[in-house]
Amino acid sequence: MKRFAFKIGILLSGMALLFSGCNQGGKSANNGALSSSAAEKVYVAPGEQDAYYAFLSGGYSGNLTVYGLPSGRMFKEIPVFSQFPTSGYGYSEETKPLLNTSHGFIPWDDLHHPDISQTNGELDGRWIFVNGNNTPRIARISLSTFETEEIIEVPNSAGNHSSSFITENTEYVVAGTRFSVPVPQRDMPIKEYKGNFKGALTFISVEPEHGHMEIEFQVIMPGFNYDLSHPGRGKSHGWFFFSTYNTEEASSLLEVNASQNDKDFIAAINWQKIEEYVKNGGGTRVPANYAHNVYDESTHMATSTMKKEVLTVDPTEVPGAVYLLPTPKSPHGCDVDPSGQYIIGSGKLSADITVHSFDNMLAAIEGGQFDGEAYGIPILKFEEVLAGTVKSGGLGPLHTEFDGNGNAYTTFFISSEVVKWQLGSWEVVDRKPTFYSVGHLMIPGGNSRKPFGKYLVAMNKITKDRYLPTGPEMEHSAQIYDISGEKMELIYDFPTHGEPHYAAGCPADLLKPNSKKIYRLDENNHPYGIKSPADARVERDGKDVHIYMSTIRSHFTPDNIEGVKVGDRVYFHVTNHEQDFDVPHGFAAIGANTSEILVMPGQTKTIIWEPKQVGVWPFYCTDFCSALHQEMQGYIRVSAANSNMELSWSVGD
Amino acid sequence: MILGPLFLLGLYFLPLWNIMLGAPQYPEPLGMNIHINGIRGVSEFDIQNIDGLNHYIGMRTLPKDEDMWEFSAFPLIVGGMIALGVLVGLLGYSNKLTYKWFIGWFLLMSVLGVLGMYDFNNWMVDYGTNLDPNAIMKLENPDGTPMTYKPPLFGHVKMLNFDVTSLPAPGAWMMFVGMSLTLAAGYLGWKSSRITPDVEISARLV
Repeated sequence: MKRFAFKIGILLSGMALLFSGCNQGGKSANNGALSSSAAEKVYVAPGEQDAYYAFLSGGYSGNLTVYGLPSGRMFKEIPVFSQFPTSGYGYSEETKPLLNTSHGFIPWDDLHHPDISQTNGELDGRWIFVNGNNTPRIARISLSTFETEEIIEVPNSAGNHSSSFITENTEYVVAGTRFSVPVPQRDMPIKEYKGNFKGALTFISVEPEHGHMEIEFQVIMPGFNYDLSHPGRGKSHGWFFFSTYNTEEASSLLEVNASQNDKDFIAAINWQKIEEYVKNGGGTRVPANYAHNVYDESTHMATSTMKKEVLTVDPTEVPGAVYLLPTPKSPHGCDVDPSGQYIIGSGKLSADITVHSFDNMLAAIEGGQFDGEAYGIPILKFEEVLAGTVKSGGLGPLHTEFDGNGNAYTTFFISSEVVKWQLGSWEVVDRKPTFYSVGHLMIPGGNSRKPFGKYLVAMNKITKDRYLPTGPEMEHSAQIYDISGEKMELIYDFPTHGEPHYAAGCPADLLKPNSKKIYRLDENNHPYGIKSPADARVERDGKDVHIYMSTIRSHFTPDNIEGVKVGDRVYFHVTNHEQDFDVPHGFAAIGANTSEILVMPGQTKTIIWEPKQVGVWPFYCTDFCSALHQEMQGYIRVSAANSNMELSWSVGD
Repeated sequence: MILGPLFLLGLYFLPLWNIMLGAPQYPEPLGMNIHINGIRGVSEFDIQNIDGLNHYIGMRTLPKDEDMWEFSAFPLIVGGMIALGVLVGLLGYSNKLTYKWFIGWFLLMSVLGVLGMYDFNNWMVDYGTNLDPNAIMKLENPDGTPMTYKPPLFGHVKMLNFDVTSLPAPGAWMMFVGMSLTLAAGYLGWKSSRITPDVEISARLV
């Protein structure tokens, strides 16, 4: 059967080729589906630009990748939780503090869910937030510099998975724990999990002007696994919804033991109520230890501060703030439609999609339609909150986004497809295969009040034969569908980087005008930056040698340095004096036990070089900056540790 | 004749001339605006970036305001001409001077303008040909002579990878309009001296 379908596919594509061949010679270009060429729809001619930005999480790469839609071209990889030798992120002295945690310096994390900042429920394009899953952290990335500006660690959390989703005015970025753990951490038997482990849902406020993050409160929930979450919007603004699994509270062989309950829950949290409770002095301040790392664009440096306390809230102390909505079969996706009325739970072991109604939920609360409680938290009656069930015909629904025209699109991991269905009637409208085993999907603005329902990107977990083979390990594949018509149309297929778990997208015009071209040298406040080559110098402070160096096409100032000794710690502080768009200079020195640094115009970056042998050692510019890039080089002379050689430096002597 | 010279006030805030340099790697071209009191970048860092490129071929950096006497003299000369023109216009209005003074002002302004252009062109010749003997790139024309880089006074030339376009800028256009008005005033004055008083009044106003 499968083979037969495949043959038909070949036959059809052959016919499409024939037809498109005819059309080129003929005059009628608009007679039916076969004439609309997918190639035309994704083709962005040389020199033209894409209509949308797409930010795909890099999963275990720890980075965020920036793509264009509909071309699928990758523009940039933004380092967030992982060291990135390409730019020196996490290697340079300025950026190392960004990767500091309560566990010390961590060079990696697993980046999952990007979410673009919103105002009134619509994308505003100021920042994008992402979560580090392994060592719980939330990062904020500027959408004018496309650089990581801030990382905050989340205490009492483990497996920061139902994160980093924002409320509709970016009041909070929310981080829920996947693993429940002892809160506070302590030495105890694993088997005593049930009833003792807790799940922290963390609300991090975002300061509206600069975006600075602060943990406002943590709701300490029962020891379930909190999988994904989304904010209420419109009428449900003020609420936040979290899907859960392992309500069985198993600690071992979860694939079996966490799949026993017919229904798990979607936890509905009225954060406005908790916010009010906290403002009136509610909650308990408990000792904690977590890092808050902030990058300052004017000094081009990050600082790391350890915070020692966090405010926790026992949900049973805030009546009316938390309810549990029974949802079948270990729901993964927990998505809210643009109106805020429907909360969609994708039971990942089920064939059906469960849709709850916000109005029904309020009525059930009002009418006391409870079905018991869990650890003091009321469970609402399933039938009372249910709005409808989508009988999909697929298997393993994961994640739903919306086109703003009354349609929802859900990925099905097990049956490898995207299913389009109608809100309200719960009727399936269309289904298209994905290649293969799709995880999440993204429609630009699809998680906001105002989606841009033109393209859908499906991010797949399995690649197999989609591209030329590259050995056992392959990049994941993504597919772009045109969703502007009644039926979805697969128009492109492209490899991604790392493992995209989730993505966010927005119209190009939202970000393009604000994208920075250079950093202003006259606003550079780096303590070791220099504004003129005349200030270039070398200073010794015991065994530390600080080289204040400038670069401009195509030389270093200074480029000859003498008086450095074996055992010194040499700091190269490199300031790029260019003020021209896209003219970085790089810096690398032989034998440096670190990466290069790539210094943007007007920026200062520092690497440490520790010479171990006497000699005359070269350094050079690693970025092809000009026709004389190859001449952009210099020497540093290293004398014996006991030498009397005085420091000296020069250029052009 | 009163209005015409006042158009020259535009030269104090609008550029007289504009030179744009575009190249494949400069899709947004670099540019300089030449004002009567100095050279300014079209975008904030254009002067720095033009100097950065020019150093490869041994050109000096573009002059700062204080480096050329012209940039302090021109504002005074233009100011003097405006004052003189308005005075001539006022006196003409009260019939103390004839239209011949209008034409005289126009001719004087034209001579000064031509001298200014001549001076400007001389500077460009010097700037584009008087190159650092240790220049990074020393290029030759097909005939073996050293390549020079004088920007055009008017119009477009191709210089290495750059398309260089040099054209009058809004300040110059305002000056041309003003000067045309004074010429018109002279013409109307000449006509009125032979025909009707109506024309005469408008000549003084223009």
